[in-house]
Amino acid sequence: MPYVEMPKLSDTMTEGTVVKWRKAVGDSVTAGDVIAEVETDKAVMELEAFDDGTLKEVYVSEGGKARIGEKLALLLAPGESAPEHDGEAGRAAKASKPDANRSQVVSPKAKADPLEVAAPTVSSRVKASPLAKKIADAKGVDLSSIHGSGPGGRIVARDIESTAATPAPKPTTVIPAMPPGPSDRRIPLTGMRKIIAERLFASKTQIPHFYLNIEVDTGELVRLRTQLNEHLEKSGQGKLTFNDFILKAVVTAATKVPRVNASFAGDAVIEYADIHLSVAVAIDDGLVTPVIRQAQKKSLREISEAVKDLATRARTKKLKPEEYQGGTLTVSNLGSYGIKSFSAVINPPQAVILSIGAIVKKPVLNAQDQIVPGHRLAIGLSADHRVVDGAIGAQYLVELRQLLENPVGMLL
Amino acid sequence: MSYDLIVIGGGPAGYVGAIRAAQLGKRVACVEKDRAGGTCLNWGCIPTKSLLRNAELFHLMKLRGGEFGFSFDNLRYDWSKIIKRSRDVADKNAAGIEYLFKKNKVDYIRGEASLAGPDAVTVKGTDGKEQKLEAGKILLATGVVSRPMPGFPFNGKTVIGSREAMILERQPKNIIIIGAGAIGVEFAYFFNAFGTKVTLVEMMPNILPLEDTEISQTLEKAFAKQGINVLAGTKVVKAETSAQGVKISVEGKKSETLEAEVCLVAIGVQPLLPGGLSLQLTPRGFLQTTDRYQTSVPGVFAAGDIIGPPLLAHTASYEAIQAVEGMFTEHVPKRINAFPSCTYCQPQVASIGLTERAAKEQGLKFRVGKFPFSASGKARAVGEVDGFVKLLFGEPYGELLGAHIIGSEATEMIAELGLALTLEATHEEIEASIHAHPTLSEAVHEATGQAFGAAIHI
Repeated sequence: MPYVEMPKLSDTMTEGTVVKWRKAVGDSVTAGDVIAEVETDKAVMELEAFDDGTLKEVYVSEGGKARIGEKLALLLAPGESAPEHDGEAGRAAKASKPDANRSQVVSPKAKADPLEVAAPTVSSRVKASPLAKKIADAKGVDLSSIHGSGPGGRIVARDIESTAATPAPKPTTVIPAMPPGPSDRRIPLTGMRKIIAERLFASKTQIPHFYLNIEVDTGELVRLRTQLNEHLEKSGQGKLTFNDFILKAVVTAATKVPRVNASFAGDAVIEYADIHLSVAVAIDDGLVTPVIRQAQKKSLREISEAVKDLATRARTKKLKPEEYQGGTLTVSNLGSYGIKSFSAVINPPQAVILSIGAIVKKPVLNAQDQIVPGHRLAIGLSADHRVVDGAIGAQYLVELRQLLENPVGMLL
Repeated sequence: MSYDLIVIGGGPAGYVGAIRAAQLGKRVACVEKDRAGGTCLNWGCIPTKSLLRNAELFHLMKLRGGEFGFSFDNLRYDWSKIIKRSRDVADKNAAGIEYLFKKNKVDYIRGEASLAGPDAVTVKGTDGKEQKLEAGKILLATGVVSRPMPGFPFNGKTVIGSREAMILERQPKNIIIIGAGAIGVEFAYFFNAFGTKVTLVEMMPNILPLEDTEISQTLEKAFAKQGINVLAGTKVVKAETSAQGVKISVEGKKSETLEAEVCLVAIGVQPLLPGGLSLQLTPRGFLQTTDRYQTSVPGVFAAGDIIGPPLLAHTASYEAIQAVEGMFTEHVPKRINAFPSCTYCQPQVASIGLTERAAKEQGLKFRVGKFPFSASGKARAVGEVDGFVKLLFGEPYGELLGAHIIGSEATEMIAELGLALTLEATHEEIEASIHAHPTLSEAVHEATGQAFGAAIHI
């Protein structure tokens, strides 16, 4: 096949953006050469050629988008000629002109026609068979809430029947946004924003969240870290952050209360043997949660290095899909912004997410009831009540506090 | 040599599976002991369609020439040229498959293969030399052959299967055909069209017993009119060869002993199992496979006739593609659901989905729409007014459940209804699709309307 097509680079990817062509038209290409950089909803990835040949044409220019399977370029082997029917490729090229100004200013037309924006089904067309539509209509099932199992993800009759059998949460009404005025900006969703919207909406509406909070005395941790970092600095090694200690403690506590490292699986709860720790990292217009694999086998130093590497590459969108998939437990830390405490939304299908606030210096009561300066850290836990009950969540936080208040143990 | 996939058998399952795997970037070999294309292309679908075309033309000219204003003083045919045309068509098609193998870089190996283990195949070449090939995965697509009647073995002369029937050197004066499935029915039409006296014996109450009963009965009438002696609901109680050919005693509405030069036995097929490993079989002797088309030995897969009914080229190819994509991609293979069945006698028979009989057995609520070709302008213009379109729609949603067509171009018309079934179309989508005038396909539109009281032309 002489065409290079947009590959599926992550499980949630539906389209990709060609960020850069590394090869130009006319360049000769060897199988395995990187010919382009493609941005998915999660990361920028390198697109390799599968065949030897010459890059004859590109159909999507830099900044242009293409759906999975759409033709990106024509790569001809020596002696091979271009297929005659080029209509499709031509169309693909037209469809994916780069929108240079992605956060474009809405034209006045949009204002003149507010219905276009206000209609509750502004999302893309729902693909469903005529029979499925009729059954859904008769049973009052919302098609947009159903996953299609037919050709090309089309919703077919059996999808409705299986949904109707297990009643879904009440059909949701999208509250229409106020139509933008002439100086407002309408920012089309990026792939990543779409995924964030879908997954967190599903999480907050489908998972019965509950929240626990605990305060941890971090006086000892502050002292230990200062001491360690002085030593590390002298020997020319990288410093440890508070977050490194917190991650290590989160993992160690989870080995003691394994129920938090689990998922709800419909007819069972799965407790995972390995702790794959997802760490929320803010990036431009979104966030990713790269995963530290088998974190329970890693030392404090190893966790520190892993998170530094993953976060750096996450910010430059250089993560591979396997590096942000398959986490079993998530930590979100907003301490560096000075946020005291918060309650994060669960990262499905995980059962628990930890919300780490800032370590604050404040007056506290000591054992003798005297007011003294102290360090305190607020930790929140959001849990899926189908998996974790209040007492289990509390036990886990107690374990976590224990570890953070006696941090020397984590060095072993 | 080592391959990602070795396919045993080069028929519609084997060659299609091999090419699909090659397209997925795998190293593939296809081993075939006879000729690429399998039964379909060499001894089935394709060469018989060539013969039937001859039969149709001759039949039309001989019986209905006058109706069209033709007269012939000396209308003749050359039997050997009819057979040769059929063989030429098969030869060209087989060469086409070899070209496709080359184009897709599939190694085509002539010889007899047997399983040397779950990841190895021994091939005895046409030159008698043996070689052992290693394979990541193996796809068995060895197919089936005609099944003989117990106590009445094939002898290639007077007792024959479909393979011999399509290359008879001399046209028989009379023939008894046992079994009125698609093969028996097509040969009945073919021989009768050229003036051979044909008796068609079927044990079940109707010929084409898997089709909708109304369709079978209409074909029985058409065949009787053409001069074929149709004995449905009739059992063979004794079959033997005689000096003149064959002598067959049957029991049905009446008991009688039939005699003919030749007997074509078309009562079914038996699997052609590959040698080597012993694999788990279904109660009827086909290879047992999982939903992913895997046999009882991990890494060894099977597709096509060898895994049992439906015994059709198009379903075999579908199965092979599903199996191969399941092996090498994340695709979850699907098993056959609705598939079209076509019989190429005149009038032709084509169907997809549920028969009225099956819909009743399943206790479904449905309504029937029918439109006869006699009410179609195009059918009258071309002089093909026999037959009708019959459609079944479910209640209360009006989805298409089944489609049954008998008529001159039925096999070309069924595709629309296959698409409708796949898309889960209801009567509304068929009614909303403008059908070209004048075409026979308008009958589909009208039959749909008829089911819901909206037909215009009846």
